[in-house]
Amino acid sequence: MKIDMSYGSGGKQTSNLINDIFLKNFDNEILNKLEDAAVLDDIKGKIAYTTDSFVVTPLFFNGGNIGSIAVCGTVNDLSMMGAIPKYLTAGFIIEEGADIETIDEIARTMGLIAKEANVKIVAGDTKVIEGKGGIYINTSGIGEIAQNGVSISNCQKGDVIILSGNLGDHHAAIMSKRMEIENNIMSDCAPLTSIVNNLIENNINIHCMRDITRGGLATVLNEVASNSLCGVEIYEELLPISNEVRGFCNILGLDPLYMANEGKMIAVVPQNKADIALEAVRKSKYGKNAQIIGKIVNGKSVNMITALKGNRIIDILYGEGLPRIC
Amino acid sequence: MITLQQVKDELKSYNGRKIKIMEVCGTHTSSIFKNGIRSLISPQIQLISGPGCPVCVTSSAYIDKLVEHSLKENCCVLTFGDMMKVKGNKLSLTEAKATGGNVRILYSPLSSIKIAMENSNTQFVFAAVGFETTTPIYSLLIEEIIKNKIKNLKILTSLKTIIPALSFICDNEENIDAFLCPGHVSVITGSSVYNDLAKKYNKPFVVGGFEGEHILAAIFEIVRQISNNEHCMKNMYVNAVSNEGNKKAIEITRKYFCSTDDYWRGIGVIKNSALKLRPEYIEYDAGSDFAESVENNPKGCRCTDVILGRINPVECPLFGKTCTPLNAIGPCMVSTEGACGIWYKNVGGNK
Repeated sequence: MKIDMSYGSGGKQTSNLINDIFLKNFDNEILNKLEDAAVLDDIKGKIAYTTDSFVVTPLFFNGGNIGSIAVCGTVNDLSMMGAIPKYLTAGFIIEEGADIETIDEIARTMGLIAKEANVKIVAGDTKVIEGKGGIYINTSGIGEIAQNGVSISNCQKGDVIILSGNLGDHHAAIMSKRMEIENNIMSDCAPLTSIVNNLIENNINIHCMRDITRGGLATVLNEVASNSLCGVEIYEELLPISNEVRGFCNILGLDPLYMANEGKMIAVVPQNKADIALEAVRKSKYGKNAQIIGKIVNGKSVNMITALKGNRIIDILYGEGLPRIC
Repeated sequence: MITLQQVKDELKSYNGRKIKIMEVCGTHTSSIFKNGIRSLISPQIQLISGPGCPVCVTSSAYIDKLVEHSLKENCCVLTFGDMMKVKGNKLSLTEAKATGGNVRILYSPLSSIKIAMENSNTQFVFAAVGFETTTPIYSLLIEEIIKNKIKNLKILTSLKTIIPALSFICDNEENIDAFLCPGHVSVITGSSVYNDLAKKYNKPFVVGGFEGEHILAAIFEIVRQISNNEHCMKNMYVNAVSNEGNKKAIEITRKYFCSTDDYWRGIGVIKNSALKLRPEYIEYDAGSDFAESVENNPKGCRCTDVILGRINPVECPLFGKTCTPLNAIGPCMVSTEGACGIWYKNVGGNK
């Protein structure tokens, strides 16, 4: 069955779409009331509040689909502020011609990941527009701040930088699908709630957290340097990168430092807590390959000590990381 | 047997005469930065980029022609992403696309076969840009076009050959002491093509790989030759580069392409420096032209000097000021393989 313009009419077909797909997959007592707005009565203290839109092609890829990143993206942005994610909203913009089964599968994935991340999708919206079967999702979310002061501006000289796992997996999985290259590389799309919970439970005084999405680790570290007015030093030998992704990058001329992930983060923590923090991340779901990759130093740029012990300045990403032609 | 540590120690403490080494290939330029090679060698050894980016030396007239095709009714230009932002005399392909031009980015020339078959009412033009490394793939493309009797797919060629360009540089630029030969090109051509160059110009021509250790080894060999007053071809990338090259690739390229004089952006016409479709296959050509092109070079842009190894990109007055990857003025800043673009990303042009 395909979506046509009548599904956006607000009438019977719209209501079928809501009942058969969204209520079924997102199922919770707040959404089920179908009020004009969700009423939330158990929020304590300060809240973190964010939104993100998702336009990925292809919609399905090895290790996930647009639904998984729509939930993980917003959940992770909340987590990075030291918040416990609580509630999400989801807005769908669907082009006519999209398969209803596809939307159902995307919503099913969203429901599963929301459950894993312990968040409820409490409000939603659907619009149908002319087009060729594309699907776009916006999610917003709120979370309760569990640790104050976590900020991109809060890194201190001497802090260590923990990276939660392998670089580049999501980017490589998407590129592989687009280029019809067969391999076993899976997107790393995942909620980072377990890692953050473990850090907080271990009483780590987290100075800064950032998830590594578009622009890659290089861009995140440059944001750290410019906002915290500090230098960053990392060590090439300590960067976790899978052999498959490394090989894929070599063939296409990509640099893992600039590739996107959807389930990786850095945590910047005081040096005297480094070992406990690393252990806490490694014990978490999605954190077993975590590494201390560097530290905060004097200066204002991001510098990498290469495997050959040379110095390389790491700048932010300019333009797209397109494959080379020669 | 000499160890990596000994190589590093010797290169760091080198105190002989100043040596200027041109790395011809953009991938080498990138790898030099990625491995921090400059921080590992003596300042007496200067590394300078060469003409090793096909996008940078493609003429404005060629871009103009692609733009023209993209704006024709029922015509679609297929291209690698690198070509999108390079300016012609009026527009880039990105700008043409924004004004209604039909342009699609592909990752592999061969995927254009399927696209052409599925859209038989559209005339497709593939932007065949590249060096010796890419030409064999275009040869395969022509073979597939013929085999599948495809009538709606042609190629517009700007296929340069690097060896004549190196001769040109040796003839015209005196202060380059040695060459780190392009690794990928050498896989196809073989290392023997540099024998004559080394003899004729009395300069070391060393073929090197792309890992940091490979590059250090190649620089070490160059320094060794110069210190001993030697100047020969040396292949230090024997795992990938043979003496004769890839015979199959050379064969299929010769089958469909022959040599022609061509215009290099920023340099001018170089004799026998490109490949064009042989006359018997000209029906698959979308109007390629190899004549001297009129360039509206932006004022102050020193891409020519960069391509010829006269200056490093940071010495251009526009570098990092008005010319950045987000607002590229010269072609060397546009491409991911262009010397200016690589330098900007690595020396932190915004700082």
